[in-house]
Amino acid sequence: MVGPPILFLCALVGYPFLYGIWLSLEDRPVAHAGTFVGLANFVADAHDPVFWRVTINTFVYTFFATILKMVGGLGLALVMNQNFRGKNLIRALMLLPFIVPTVLSTIAWMWMLDPGFSVINWLLKYFGLANPGPSWLGNPTLAMISLIIVNVWRGLPFYGITLLAGLQTISPDLYEAATIDGASTWHRFIYVTLPLLKPVIFIVTMFSIIFTFADFQLVYVLTRGGPANATHLFATYAFDIAMGGGQLGMGASVALAMLPPLALIIIAMSIYMKPNKS
Amino acid sequence: MSVERGGWRVRALKLWIPLGAFMLFTLFPFYWMAVTSIKPNSELYNRKIMPMIVYHPTLKHYVDLLTETNFLVWTWNTFLVAVVSTAISLVFGTMLAYPLARMKFAGSALISFAVAATYLVPQPLLFIPLADIINQLHLGDTLTSVMLTYPTLLVPFCAWLLMGYFRSVPVELEDAARIDGATRLQTIFRVFLPLCVPGFISAGIFAFTLSQNEFLYALIFLTQTDVRTVPVGAIAELVKGDVFYWGQLMAAALLGSVPVAVIYSFFVEHYVAGLTAGAVKQ
Repeated sequence: MVGPPILFLCALVGYPFLYGIWLSLEDRPVAHAGTFVGLANFVADAHDPVFWRVTINTFVYTFFATILKMVGGLGLALVMNQNFRGKNLIRALMLLPFIVPTVLSTIAWMWMLDPGFSVINWLLKYFGLANPGPSWLGNPTLAMISLIIVNVWRGLPFYGITLLAGLQTISPDLYEAATIDGASTWHRFIYVTLPLLKPVIFIVTMFSIIFTFADFQLVYVLTRGGPANATHLFATYAFDIAMGGGQLGMGASVALAMLPPLALIIIAMSIYMKPNKS
Repeated sequence: MSVERGGWRVRALKLWIPLGAFMLFTLFPFYWMAVTSIKPNSELYNRKIMPMIVYHPTLKHYVDLLTETNFLVWTWNTFLVAVVSTAISLVFGTMLAYPLARMKFAGSALISFAVAATYLVPQPLLFIPLADIINQLHLGDTLTSVMLTYPTLLVPFCAWLLMGYFRSVPVELEDAARIDGATRLQTIFRVFLPLCVPGFISAGIFAFTLSQNEFLYALIFLTQTDVRTVPVGAIAELVKGDVFYWGQLMAAALLGSVPVAVIYSFFVEHYVAGLTAGAVKQ
């Protein structure tokens, strides 16, 4: 019974993975036979200033987006963990950014950040804050900030909803006991909520790090890695080299550069997630 | 839930203001999408007027989108691919999850570890070798290429979610059926699987949304307009060089989001259950 799905995954995940490692050791222009070059592609990466720029970009992007989503998501979950009317409706609306296809919502953001017709700049001008307002996607720093904001916009609901589910498993008795012992709201948060929520925060954060680190769609739609490589991530840079430049071997080596940090997280999580011990 | 204390000020500060700010941030892009899609070009590209509202709403962008582009074909492709990939993923997911949840056999620990690991491998790690493999198999520009590759992301997820669900179904029910003389297969199909329908809905709805969202494989494998999916079609054909057809882009974004949003709205609870299943152990 497990045979067919295992075979399927081996053929379309296991084999491509190993084939990707093989490609990364080849000089392999698209539609030509490859020649084995050993680690030459990785050596070339190490001498490529853009590669290091991409590495820094990816870490900056992942770090800030994850922190913001974690803090914002926790805040959101705490706010949502109160009784109020229309809670189910709000929770359903809240998840919209997460379920709507990313590329389509990013198109809306692209228009909101348009150099000529940005509604954000119109608001800034209207409230007298800036005139004419910055070029959101044209300035290297602002482009990175814009990407982080859109990533947070999309990912926040996932954190919020999951942490909310975690909060709801905490027994109200614990809060009552803490209150009777004289704990303030802040102390209840630090000593009751946070420790009990830690496993959920861990899992959600690891998930989010993996998919933020390997993000492709947002950057591809919003900036294509520009201006001047300021927002290229591993995935988009590998895409440009392999699909744009036709250098499959070089592209594969850039994509594989993601592997060491990802592998650490994936192994840690696979061990943690094994449901055998629940 | 703690007892509410304090007056409306406290309540506003602790609940309505942060919630309102958040909802504004969350929903504004959708409002903007909708408003832009019904603005005539004369308003769309006019910097002098207040952009928040529409003065002369028009359906021109929608009409153009439906008549001048292959949007309907893309929608059909997206739907077809999502349905097929979801079906494959549910079947394979069940085939993996049932033995792992119910039987003891050599290597089951290794398999469940491998499934979890596969689930976490992001597409950008695989797209270059996969592109080459799809080419060698002459599957480029066919919907088969994405119907085969999407399930690689979905099967591990479905297996993992269903495994958790299967374990929550009491084994005694199956034992009783076996004692009454049912075979193992009969027990699975008549007793066990019907009990797991909510789990299938959760996994199915999640897989369906994920396949609608997939972009990278579709972008690489589908380069002809008649096989494209909505996200790829919109990006590739409504942006011509430096020219963005903003009205049509927004109409496409909105129309492309509607099917997912509608299906999601019917199954919010199942979706949330699937989303949180991984992190929160019930």
